[in-house]
Amino acid sequence: MIPAPQISVPTAAGTPAAVEITKLSKWYGALQVLFEVDLHVDKGERLVICGPSGSGKSTLIRTVNALEGFQRGEIRVGGVKLTREPAVVDAVRRRVGMVFQQFNLFPHLTVLENCALPLRLVRKLTAAEARDRAMHYLTKVRIPEQADKFPAQLSGGQQQRVAIARAVAMQPEVMLFDEPTSALDPEMVKEVLDVMVGLAEEGMTMVVVTHEMGFARQVADRVIFMDQGRVVEQAPPEAFFTRPQSDRTRAFLNQVLPH
Amino acid sequence: MHYHDNVDYPPLLTRPIVFGPLLVGLFAVLWWFDAANSAIGRLVAGIIPAGTTPGMHGLLTALAVTLFAAFNIFVVLRLPLRQQVWLVWGELAAVILLFFYSFDLSFAFIQRKIGFLLTQGLVTTLYISAVSITLATILALLGAIAKLSSNGIAQGIAHFYTSLFRGLPLLMQIYMIYLGLPQLGYVVDAVPTGIAALSLCYGAYMTEIFRAGIESIPKGQWEAARALGLRPTAVMGRIILPQSMRVIIPPTGNQFISMLKDSSLVSVVGVWELMYLARTQGQTEFRHVEMMITASLIYWLLSIVLELIQKRIETHFNKAVTR
Ligand SMILES: Nc1ncnc2c1ncn2[C@@H]1O[C@H](COP(=O)(O)OP(=O)(O)O)[C@@H](O)[C@H]1O
Ligand SMILES: [Mg+2]
Repeated sequence: MIPAPQISVPTAAGTPAAVEITKLSKWYGALQVLFEVDLHVDKGERLVICGPSGSGKSTLIRTVNALEGFQRGEIRVGGVKLTREPAVVDAVRRRVGMVFQQFNLFPHLTVLENCALPLRLVRKLTAAEARDRAMHYLTKVRIPEQADKFPAQLSGGQQQRVAIARAVAMQPEVMLFDEPTSALDPEMVKEVLDVMVGLAEEGMTMVVVTHEMGFARQVADRVIFMDQGRVVEQAPPEAFFTRPQSDRTRAFLNQVLPH
Repeated sequence: MHYHDNVDYPPLLTRPIVFGPLLVGLFAVLWWFDAANSAIGRLVAGIIPAGTTPGMHGLLTALAVTLFAAFNIFVVLRLPLRQQVWLVWGELAAVILLFFYSFDLSFAFIQRKIGFLLTQGLVTTLYISAVSITLATILALLGAIAKLSSNGIAQGIAHFYTSLFRGLPLLMQIYMIYLGLPQLGYVVDAVPTGIAALSLCYGAYMTEIFRAGIESIPKGQWEAARALGLRPTAVMGRIILPQSMRVIIPPTGNQFISMLKDSSLVSVVGVWELMYLARTQGQTEFRHVEMMITASLIYWLLSIVLELIQKRIETHFNKAVTR
């Protein structure tokens, strides 16, 4: 018998952090892509991670819900120490929602089914309950009228909003976003960011990999800059944008910020 | 072509460079192979004036048939696309039936035997095929999942299974089960032998089809399903397999049609299925051709039914993309 996973482990401070990453190192074969990364996300905190392409941002957040494995260090989600045990991974994935750059909606299911199916399979809701909850969240992302369409019939922005609704409908404790607007046409970026801002205002804990510095300024509590598998700098947005400490951060900001 | 361009290229058959040589070729073939003295010649014999020399008669026959073909193309090209397809299909089917008809068949004999051919032969063929199709599908699913699993034993078994059963002639498999297993002390009846051999052989081919279908689904689909907390069986059964069906169904339909006809190989161990009866019933009265043609047409009709079923299922699994 596999022992039941510890669902909640209070830390010394009281309530556990939403995500606690300690000295995380990861290799792809011989290539090391994360170097002893430490990251602490409090409940209700909004984190933006930025950094040049290939710096390990995706890899880092994908280790949190075990889409990627890791070799050294420790990850705790809501106090649960992430291992490779099925029950533990299940428990962690229930607490973590994820939105991908490429939306990854299920093309064979309607928009409504995309949101309702996981609710039935994972949250064990009845068909009617799942439907109601799915509609509730589709309304929140402002596309209830598209519920019976298939993903291929929607614009990129609409698809990404469905993907957000699908993840949030599972009522996770943390939401991870991996460049949610990078695959969108410019005119659709705003509708997706608006939904994310709304989510932040409701107090959702969010870790967002993005180059949308306006979004970072508006909602982030902290901005993390990563380069070559390391967290180089982290600061509140105001300080991060006006007084970057390292040369690499300055060089990066010069490229992504409008002049 | 699949995605239509918005250019009206003239149809091939309206271009003189195509239809000219085509008609000349047709005329030459008809004339050279002396169509006048064949079943084709008899069809147009009525319109050739009497009293022409044999040489002239041959030329006129070839000319008449060629003109008829040209006229036919001319008419067909003026129809809407769907009607073109059906008309051409029907014409070709008529030609085939005419070909069969030209054998001077005894329809009385066919009438006498067809009842038995259907109640015994067709029923057995259908029974063997239906059971084998079901078992082969299950084997293929298990084989594909085993090949893609991280379980070394399962992978080893699956690789060996596809290698062996795709590698041995089906006929040999039937003999080995029927004649070989009794050596080990297991006597297998003829019908179960047939079902076992067909299921194992086609399961092996279809394992590869299923594997390719599953592999055609992008990684992001797996990741999204896992990130939502779906368990492995749900990921496979609710997300991956339903999407792979689009890729799996066309070649699987092929396999089913092929299996339907390969079920005739089971006749070698004395199963009274369609092929066996066609052979034996014809023998008694030296009416082989009648029985062979009747059985052929039954196989063909069954294949058409499978084709139609395949089409329906394809439409079902395509609806998310086409609607
Ligand atoms: N599946 C993989 N196999 C091997 N190397 C990988 C794989 N995925 C990512 N990498 C490498 O890991 C590094 C970090 O990649 P990634 O986390 O995707 O960066 P980012 O998201 O910041 O652009 C890069 O050098 C990339 O080439
Ligand atoms: Mg990335």
